[in-house]
Amino acid sequence: MSLAPDSGLIQQFGPHAAYSTGARLQTGVEPDKLVDTHCCFCGQQCGIRLKIKDNEVIGFEPREDFPFNQGMLCPKGVKRYLQGSHPDRLLSAYQRDPREGFRPIAYDEAISRVASEITRIQSAFGNDAFAVLTGASLTNEKAYLMGKFARVCLKTANIDYNGRLCMVSAAAGNKKAFGIDRAANPWSDILKAEVVWISGANIAECAPITTNYVWQAREQGAKIIVVDPRITPIARTCDLFLPIKPGRDVALFNGILHLMIENDWLDHRFIDEQTIGFEGVADHVKEWTPRRTAEVTGITERAIRQAAEWWGIAKSSFLLHARGIEHHSHGVQNVLGAINIVLASGRIGRENCGYATITGQGNGQGGREHGQKCDQLPGARDVSNPEHRAYVAKVWGIDPDEIPKAGVDAYEIFRKIYRGEIRGLLSICFNQKVSLPDNNFVTRALEKLEFFVAIDFFLSETAHHADIVLPGSLQEEDEGTTTQIEGRVIKINKAVDSPGDAREDWRVIQDIAGRLGREHGFEFTSSREIFDELRVASRGGIADYSGITYEKIDSQYGVCWPCRSEDDPGTPRLFEPGSWNPIAAGAGPFYFPDGKARFNVASYSPPTEDVDEEYPIILTTGRVVSQYLSGTQTRRIGPLVDQYPEPRVEMHPRLAEKLGIIDGDLTTVSSRRGSLTLRAMVVTTIRPDTIFIPYHWAGRQSANQLTISAQDPISKIPEYKVCAVRVRKETMNDE
Amino acid sequence: MPITANMEFFIDATRCIGCQACAQACSECDTHKGHSMIHLEYLDRAHSVQSAPVVCMHCDSPTCAEVCPADAIKRTDDGVVQTARKPRCIACNNCVLACPFGVPKMKTEFKLMMKCDMCYDRTSAGKRPMCATVCPSQALFYGTREQIEEMRPRSAGINQFKFGEQIITTKVNMMKPRTGEAKYVDVTAAMKEQASGKNITLNILDSVFE
Repeated sequence: MSLAPDSGLIQQFGPHAAYSTGARLQTGVEPDKLVDTHCCFCGQQCGIRLKIKDNEVIGFEPREDFPFNQGMLCPKGVKRYLQGSHPDRLLSAYQRDPREGFRPIAYDEAISRVASEITRIQSAFGNDAFAVLTGASLTNEKAYLMGKFARVCLKTANIDYNGRLCMVSAAAGNKKAFGIDRAANPWSDILKAEVVWISGANIAECAPITTNYVWQAREQGAKIIVVDPRITPIARTCDLFLPIKPGRDVALFNGILHLMIENDWLDHRFIDEQTIGFEGVADHVKEWTPRRTAEVTGITERAIRQAAEWWGIAKSSFLLHARGIEHHSHGVQNVLGAINIVLASGRIGRENCGYATITGQGNGQGGREHGQKCDQLPGARDVSNPEHRAYVAKVWGIDPDEIPKAGVDAYEIFRKIYRGEIRGLLSICFNQKVSLPDNNFVTRALEKLEFFVAIDFFLSETAHHADIVLPGSLQEEDEGTTTQIEGRVIKINKAVDSPGDAREDWRVIQDIAGRLGREHGFEFTSSREIFDELRVASRGGIADYSGITYEKIDSQYGVCWPCRSEDDPGTPRLFEPGSWNPIAAGAGPFYFPDGKARFNVASYSPPTEDVDEEYPIILTTGRVVSQYLSGTQTRRIGPLVDQYPEPRVEMHPRLAEKLGIIDGDLTTVSSRRGSLTLRAMVVTTIRPDTIFIPYHWAGRQSANQLTISAQDPISKIPEYKVCAVRVRKETMNDE
Repeated sequence: MPITANMEFFIDATRCIGCQACAQACSECDTHKGHSMIHLEYLDRAHSVQSAPVVCMHCDSPTCAEVCPADAIKRTDDGVVQTARKPRCIACNNCVLACPFGVPKMKTEFKLMMKCDMCYDRTSAGKRPMCATVCPSQALFYGTREQIEEMRPRSAGINQFKFGEQIITTKVNMMKPRTGEAKYVDVTAAMKEQASGKNITLNILDSVFE
């Protein structure tokens, strides 16, 4: 079905930039109540106190009592309240109308239409012909319910989530090395580390609160090593900056390990007693001499040697990484390379000795644990493991054989849609048209769907393609839990009621299940009831939440999983000597039967699409501090829009000069998949062979028109951080 | 209630990440909702991501008040220089031009000079100012001198600034290396000085490609 013109949809549904008016702008307004909760953006989940007046969030107070952020917030957190009472808010269900775009319909009628289309598609083409796509900004309760809904109600194997674009390389690497996928340490362990190593993490813009942890470590004398193709704000004053060529991180880690071995900067006792696989890795990194490492990474040999020495001789350390090393077709190898230098140092599982990936999405941690991933069941269980299937089937009251086998990843779902193997789609909390790579292909796939239902609070660009849009809930309209960056389960509290026909997402899902005549197992009356079932479903799994209660979260300011009983306070730091886990059962602190961590050979391969004569420049993408993910929320918040109104092409003056471009020029960037025209931002803070474009915008401003859909073979994460482009000054239509 | 005497404001621009949380939060302050009183700018974005937040320094003898022909700018007994008083302010802009730190803002829509008052409604009630509370890098810090000395052993606050022949003493402190002997920051002299100290320089990236 063809779309109504975008301009009409934008007029009707936005994004419009909202500013403070009315009670939000008046002084001296007494709020009806204050609600202690958390920011809806990013994996740090900072504590925040919302001010409520007449069922509207009118502002905030810093929540200084919450230990993680102690009142600190980034600009997104400060202005997050403006997403409520927004003119673009979906207040009813909508049905697509070929002429008018969308017209409101009765909620009940919409649910009936969804149920009948699911039934029609599944009876004609099989259960797997209907897919479910979800998101890691959903609470644990909703994430759990979505996994259960897909498997039990729709009986489809095809469910996956947008964490596929975010955390999966780290998750896969962590599982291979440690047998568990969670930040190994609480952030407090950063504070007294002697060396803080930051690879591919624009902390100041993507995890702003973490900045203060890094600066506090520096106050205590820590050396800060930053590896990035751009001089980000966290890199500006670091002790050692390694300006790596995008896509070469594993080469650097191998080169560092080579020097650690050469200089015997190793913890032999730890390696011997607590790990296996060191010899194979040591053999593999022999070829990664400083010279070769320098050639591949574009970092000077001297800087590599300096980094290895600081890392090698440190008594305590914390290694942090994020999407910069993970968004690659060899993202898992990069992560394994990072973990190898941690294991070789023996600095893990102790105070001030840590390792973590910086989770990106609001519930990036919890959202990847409870079964909305195509190969996973609650408690971080494996859908292909018979024991795991049997346990979860018992909780769900079904036969283990009824649980579908593993499905395919989110991008593969689009390939299947394109090939006609998947005919129907339900999407929630996932704006694929902005966030997936090579999104011109995504658009073509969306147009092939026979039926598409989106649950959303604003009409996202992806929902423009929906046949039915159901009005769901904003974070502040529901209660539940999320699991933040440290593996700490925290409580989101309801502040306001959903407006109009909108309602909590889990109610929408249950209404669909009910209309399908499969309400059994979908009759929860509160988020708490869902959480209580999640606790049971996760019991005995690696991500064990069974001992966590809403009350314990409140009294402890969060509970780090695993938490196996009501008197268990939780586990802030993993892998402590003598610690118990269900896999090792006392054999050691790591989550393998022998209790030992694994070294894994991390092999280097260049990016899938390297530069050539035709496309000679590297494009890398990422975030800016004032926007969040696909911008569905933050492109609607006026003060955040004003802070960085449109994406720019960041490039080095040396490149700009060669291309005849000056700061502010309209510049066209083309890849083999698409092209876009944006204004140039000429700065010396980026490698001259690389350009950077932030990805939060839609349509012709979308960076993902250019990116490549190459994926890591293990994690299936797309290679957002490297593709080949050409750049020219745009001479047409310049104002 | 006056501001507790031992509570002080400290600025450390080396920590600033330019995120604008301070400016965005400032516009949430009850006394000037919708208007930020903070200046946060990149020093030279073409060559660095360095940014510097500027709040009112709250001078002991505020130049803004001294040059005000309408006597509209008042300093409280606890040392906070306030926004101009609406009935008196004639929007002449003298204060905006005279302030050595460039702090006051002329709000032409209100015909009123407005400026940072260190969140007097909050600080006089024992709370921290909005900007220093939210600042994710704690480039803006509000607390006691003992607290900051313990948390930041390598730096210390300085609150004297020299502009030409004039030395200004302020309520707000700027952080400097603790080892330095300087009694004041010579601002006019520093304007011509090359940046020194630990900073990732621009040439690092260049040298990779030489």
